[in-house]
Amino acid sequence: MSIELVKEKYSGAVNTVEIGGFGSKALRIGGQTGMPFLFEEARMPNAPAVALEVLDCKPEDWPSHVISAFGGATEDPVRWAGACVSDFGAKILCVRLQSLHPDWGSGSVNEAIATLRAILTETGVPLVVVGCGDDERDNDALPKVSQAMKGENCLFGIATQTNYKTLAATCLADGHSIIAESPIDVNIAKQVNILISDMGFDPGRIVMHPTTTSLGYGMEYVYSIMERSRLAAFIGDRMLAMPFILFVGQEVWKIKEAKESRVQGINWELATAVSMIQSGGDVVVMRHPEAAQSVMKYVDTIMSGGRK
Amino acid sequence: MIVIGELINGMYKDVGKAIANRETDVIQHLAEEQVRAGASVLDVSVGPYSKNPVDDMKWLVEAIQKSVSVSLSLDSTKTDVIEAGLNFAKNRAIINSTSADEDKMAVVFAMAKKYKAQVIGLAMDKSGVPNSKDQRLELAALIIAKAMDFGIGAEDLYLDPIAMPVNVAQSQGREVLEAIREFRLLSNPAPHTVIGLSNVSQRAKSRNLIDRTFLAMAIANGLDSAILDPLDKNLMDAMITSELLLNKNIYCDSFLEAYRKK
Repeated sequence: MSIELVKEKYSGAVNTVEIGGFGSKALRIGGQTGMPFLFEEARMPNAPAVALEVLDCKPEDWPSHVISAFGGATEDPVRWAGACVSDFGAKILCVRLQSLHPDWGSGSVNEAIATLRAILTETGVPLVVVGCGDDERDNDALPKVSQAMKGENCLFGIATQTNYKTLAATCLADGHSIIAESPIDVNIAKQVNILISDMGFDPGRIVMHPTTTSLGYGMEYVYSIMERSRLAAFIGDRMLAMPFILFVGQEVWKIKEAKESRVQGINWELATAVSMIQSGGDVVVMRHPEAAQSVMKYVDTIMSGGRK
Repeated sequence: MIVIGELINGMYKDVGKAIANRETDVIQHLAEEQVRAGASVLDVSVGPYSKNPVDDMKWLVEAIQKSVSVSLSLDSTKTDVIEAGLNFAKNRAIINSTSADEDKMAVVFAMAKKYKAQVIGLAMDKSGVPNSKDQRLELAALIIAKAMDFGIGAEDLYLDPIAMPVNVAQSQGREVLEAIREFRLLSNPAPHTVIGLSNVSQRAKSRNLIDRTFLAMAIANGLDSAILDPLDKNLMDAMITSELLLNKNIYCDSFLEAYRKK
């Protein structure tokens, strides 16, 4: 007896966001009309993207088996970024401006900008640019960085419910997209999106960060939030119809299971990233190049319907 | 919630005058305002004083469609007036309405079939509005059965249990609310349910308060469309909040604004 599959049809879709402008190869994310990889019932025009993360300084606190995978390139952010693209096939990079952080020496904004420009020249790929994580420093520095990158159509982060105005205003002025973060909370996710769009920001240029955790640390909860958010988007909630970005590497490489063994760490990052992609992730930001390459291959295989 | 804006009705003095004098801008302004306020369908009625209702309906439909692109609910007791509207409606229209009388249903459903229109079915017949939920259900079942004879599915029907004014038929509130809940069980897929909300407060004091309270109660009982004044902001807020409390939309602090951005 043949089994008839139950197919869901929705009226809504996730927004398509384009990252990358002049001089870089633009990348499109989002645009899907149903849950991931259900090609029989929905369109999924853009493959999930795997971004490799680089810092604008040496990754002092990263585990040695992540650093060693780049064969010394992490000594210089531009070489590091170049290796991500040419050696490991990254089509998009996430540059974290860690050097700006007060705990990392409060580096100069001009140097961070120079590094970022050099990375763009070296690689030519679309960039996700995130601040150092210190609100005060980021609110001072990111407008200058954003202005310097005007026209490059970057994806800038990170805006939160309590700190979004400066970044949203500067991204609006300089034509960048923005990352809106919420603490694993669908209500706050929706609220941040509204707050940002109230500033005149096109909701079609917002990417949501629902907050990431790693395998074994409550990942299922992140999944449930992403699912709820997506189902709302598919039935027409425009304030939740944004693509998702997930900072997988940042979460995985701080847990003891990943730090204690190279192979286990790579597998941990791989498993977390694949799970987040299956949960509807549109961009996963990863750190270990071998884990990232495996995820790229996985995406390639599944997007081709298993024919690769 | 499908909001059917009620303001383009010749019964209102300004609208009646605008129809008689062919004041397109007055009608278009009303249409635009209602759509901006959240109406996804506009009710169109030439009103009781129209001297030439067929021409007036045609003019109204054309005038409205030049400014907004929502569906229209063509509201008349005369089938030739409705057909005049159907002839010019660009989007799928709603016929407002048929009673549960055989002869009326035969004409209306034949027309609905011909123009692929949806139909509002009133749970009443020549003997008047029923007093009980069960009588309303009987009439609603008759309407669904007759529609099916014409190949019209329940999903294209809006069943109206007929809300009665609270100051003359106070006992009917509960009957109407229960009827809404049970109408939805009459078929699968379920029919839509609709009420002409302002009926409930006719000639009463505190009309807006009565309307929005009843709307919230009706939504809790499964109502999925209503003919109402979308420019009544408190009413629309109550509607949005009711749907939120029923978990139809995801909460956020700016939930009213979020709904309106949809």
